[in-house]
Amino acid sequence: MALNVGCAAAPGRARDNRTGSWRVFKPTFRHETCTKCGLCETVCPEGCVKEREDGYFDPDYDYCKGCGLCAEECPADDIEMAQEEK
Amino acid sequence: MMEILEGSHAVAEAVRLCRPQVVSAYPITPQTHIVEALASMVADCRLDAEYICVESEFSALSSCLGASAAGSRVYSATTSQGLALMFEVCFNVAGMRQPIVMTIANRALGAPLNIWNDQQDSISLRDAGWMQCYAEDNQEATDLHFITYRVAEDHNVLLPAMVCFDGYTLTHTYEPVDLPTQEEIDAFLPPFKPYNTLDAKKPMSLGMYATPDYYMEFRYEIDEAMKRAKQAFAHAGREFAGQFGRDYSGLVEGYRLEDADTAFVAMGSLCGTVKDAIDEMRADGMKVGLLKIRTFRPFPSAEIRKALSGVSRVAVLDKNVSLGQKGAVALEVKDAVYGSGIDVFDYIIALGGRDVRKSDIRTIAGLAEKGIGDQYYGLRMEVL
Repeated sequence: MALNVGCAAAPGRARDNRTGSWRVFKPTFRHETCTKCGLCETVCPEGCVKEREDGYFDPDYDYCKGCGLCAEECPADDIEMAQEEK
Repeated sequence: MMEILEGSHAVAEAVRLCRPQVVSAYPITPQTHIVEALASMVADCRLDAEYICVESEFSALSSCLGASAAGSRVYSATTSQGLALMFEVCFNVAGMRQPIVMTIANRALGAPLNIWNDQQDSISLRDAGWMQCYAEDNQEATDLHFITYRVAEDHNVLLPAMVCFDGYTLTHTYEPVDLPTQEEIDAFLPPFKPYNTLDAKKPMSLGMYATPDYYMEFRYEIDEAMKRAKQAFAHAGREFAGQFGRDYSGLVEGYRLEDADTAFVAMGSLCGTVKDAIDEMRADGMKVGLLKIRTFRPFPSAEIRKALSGVSRVAVLDKNVSLGQKGAVALEVKDAVYGSGIDVFDYIIALGGRDVRKSDIRTIAGLAEKGIGDQYYGLRMEVL
């Protein structure tokens, strides 16, 4: 991010801030009992869960802060949160 | 043209001459007459501006911030509790580098509720990144609006400014004021050229999120801009003097300081009383003078050190108090003269509108000569 006067930035520049480094608990999408309902994508406050070509979902670990909402809400209990070693 | 005007109305006329495109404010005593007058001007087509009515000062300054970011010259005015409610937005305006000019009709802060004058309100916002000038009389209050718009909008500065003038003592007092013509002000203050403009065709965000890797550098940049404002202020002041004959180029102004042993330091309307008291004391052979501080932000440390270099002691008159410490002006004057050996005594004075008379100034001169200072002056011990 450049030091622009007034901290001005073009659209999309917030992506420069890779908030994945804030994460303590990392979600693992197991794709075992998953029904591809997409609730994980809907509830993710970061908007970082995306659908793959095969219909399953994965988080973008560059931005996932590890809040755990997806794991809490997953109706198939298919997302596991585990403390991450760095 | 010379006119007899109430201070608030003189300021409103000055603001009209600056051609703001957006005005947003919430009425609060003793600022009300300024924004009432501006609202009438807009209604009567004397001022071609959008007057945005809001439900609070927080919204007033927020709408000003948006309007300024969209490329408009913007004005607001407030005081006391109203300024306190703007606290968060004040920091955002400075951080987003929007050159808003806002008049502060200085008033005490509650509790207890008090509508009268001291300078606690604006002093409490000294760290917000806004320039602050204090006017001694209504002519100066009027003229400082022209100058601060010039400085604030300078692309080497790009910082907001508060023009502070004492509630009631100036806002509600009628004085002769020389109002420039529109043509004269148009020649001095060209149309606003924004540095960044919010534009739907070329999207942009302002005040973006900065991580610990960047935040400190952003704050440093604002600080550097504030330091550059000293030169910009002096330059604009000199140009104003050349055009109008009234010189505000000094960030400080000495009065009978030559050969003075005791120097008063004050800001705002109190300077007038101190000057009259100095004239009487000088007639009695006392070597006293005044250093008036015009801009509290940026703080003119070097100018103060130079101006006070010949005095033995300094009596700072603070219309504010940093509770648990001293008055803010004294603390910063002490910093400015640190190592010089000059004694700096602080007198907390006139809080909540208590009157100050020439005899009080003489009494304080006596206290300073005896080395008695760093105290509240004029406390009514019988009610404590």
